[in-house]
Amino acid sequence: MLKQCEGSHAVAEAVALCRPEVICAYPISPQTHIVEGLGEMCKSGELADCEFINVESEFAAMSVAIGSSAAGARTYTATASQGLLFMVEAVYNASGLGLPIVMTVANRAIGAPINIWNDHSDSLSQRDCGWIQLFAETNQEALDLHIQAFKLAEELSLPVMVCMDGFILTHAYERVDMPTQEQVDAFLPPYEPRQVLDPAEPVSIGAMVGPEAFMEVRYLAHAKQMQALERIPQMAEEFQKVFGRKIGGLTHTYRGEDAETMVVAMGSVLGTIKDVVDEMRDAGHKVGVLGITSFRPFPLDAIREALKGCKRFVILEKSLAVGIGGIVATNVRLAVTGLGLKGYTVVAGLGGRAITKKSLHALFIRAARNELGPLTFLDLDWEVINRQLERERLTRRSGPAAESMLRDLGTVASKIA
Amino acid sequence: MFQVRIHGRGGQGVVTAAEMLSIAAFEEGRHAQAFPSFGSERMGAPVVAFCRIANREIRLREPIMEPDALIIQDPTLLHQVDVFAGLKKGGYILINTNKSFEELGLGDFIRDWPHERLCTVAATDLSKKHVGRPMPNVPLLGGFAAIAGVIKLESVIMAINSRFSGKVAAGNIAGATEAYDIVRAETEEARKEAAHA
Repeated sequence: MLKQCEGSHAVAEAVALCRPEVICAYPISPQTHIVEGLGEMCKSGELADCEFINVESEFAAMSVAIGSSAAGARTYTATASQGLLFMVEAVYNASGLGLPIVMTVANRAIGAPINIWNDHSDSLSQRDCGWIQLFAETNQEALDLHIQAFKLAEELSLPVMVCMDGFILTHAYERVDMPTQEQVDAFLPPYEPRQVLDPAEPVSIGAMVGPEAFMEVRYLAHAKQMQALERIPQMAEEFQKVFGRKIGGLTHTYRGEDAETMVVAMGSVLGTIKDVVDEMRDAGHKVGVLGITSFRPFPLDAIREALKGCKRFVILEKSLAVGIGGIVATNVRLAVTGLGLKGYTVVAGLGGRAITKKSLHALFIRAARNELGPLTFLDLDWEVINRQLERERLTRRSGPAAESMLRDLGTVASKIA
Repeated sequence: MFQVRIHGRGGQGVVTAAEMLSIAAFEEGRHAQAFPSFGSERMGAPVVAFCRIANREIRLREPIMEPDALIIQDPTLLHQVDVFAGLKKGGYILINTNKSFEELGLGDFIRDWPHERLCTVAATDLSKKHVGRPMPNVPLLGGFAAIAGVIKLESVIMAINSRFSGKVAAGNIAGATEAYDIVRAETEEARKEAAHA
């Protein structure tokens, strides 16, 4: 059924349709509306046979998720930013133990300086934690990916993060097609755990493993992600059969035919990029888009295939690997090794900096002319940076950098963008 | 695509207004995207929310920097925030006030503007009268339906009913309807004047 609602609300409804049995969460913006919504559904009885557990921290949220999943319950939680960092030890345990927990990450920057706005630093910091990571472009995709996530997680016995841009998607009202319970039940079978803590048949889970088998257990985690690489595109097809929508898969291309310049990105910024690409195509520029839905497992072959026909590619990412440049870029460049393409990394939108059509347009034109450097920071205010560097050069006790830079800028709270 | 920017202060229902506007557009079978400016959600602080309305899927995710219409829920913002930033020449302006544009000191700014696109309505008074609380957001949506003609009053009423119930819904519908009538009378007057000039 078509409805106009907030992204968080759409995700909460989709998760409820998946019949979770345990939801444990600790509130943190911009994820809070999702678990609040689920909490209300548990309380009202709309979501039956589900226990909502309030916990004292994110570390506890993931620990409870591990316990309930190991006891055989379909388990969901959600977090963001510092909350994800706080639960990291348990995040690794969830994947190491092979527990199919589904978690929404409402993507948000990581401090310091403290910042509640969107970028991809949080989930990308966990790129090696063993979880599958799927990135949504729209609220429709976010809600549909959650339904796929439970099925994928439980088939493979691997946890899945569904990543959606904090605020930009979670707080946006837009049209979504909400599936029916019958559709979700037809797609998602009841959870049949591979391992379960059961007093009647006692087993231990999480044994100490020494050098004799640790590498083999770790390799198995990698092998499962390689299985996911096979299953994700199949699942998108199965999903389309039941729901009539093409959602998910590893990657998506848009106007990639005969493109000389390909723009690679993840998440909601793909929408803005597509609008820019349409305008540039109208003006005769051969530009296309490659959206990455599955960041883990990383689809090396699909990306190589999508980019092999272009001359250059621009990776626009909302993350920064300090000291080297891009995170997504490093992965994408590996995929195209030996193809002889020109690659440009662009770091954009950190901490909620608006990514505008105007800036993207100018950026892609410069890329098409091969005028970009290997690493660009979109819309960086060099004046503010140079003033701070100068301050630090002149004075030993130059004081806290972030506060000084804010002072240089004056009041920004009343500006529109 | 029609882009609306709503300015107000934390606690005045700015974000709710944008969301309800998107629901009204959705009820007419159109695509709509509403979102807040994030971060400054404190009581009394300047708040901005956005709504795009279109006949096809809306993919754009940037803030609205060149609006077709402005709804200003609190006229004291005129001295604090550049509310008119990027407004398209001849765009619609609806201000919650019992003063005129001239009395607000905007006489020079609107000199060449089509007068039927400029309206003021005392929405806070209307909400106090009909709902018993100073919440200008919903009456202003009624006024917006009259000034821009982008959505119908009936769709605003559907959005009110989807968000509120009982007395609050009835009061807001009365407030929105009265604001609609006031603004429609104002714009018709302005059109007549323009026709005679």
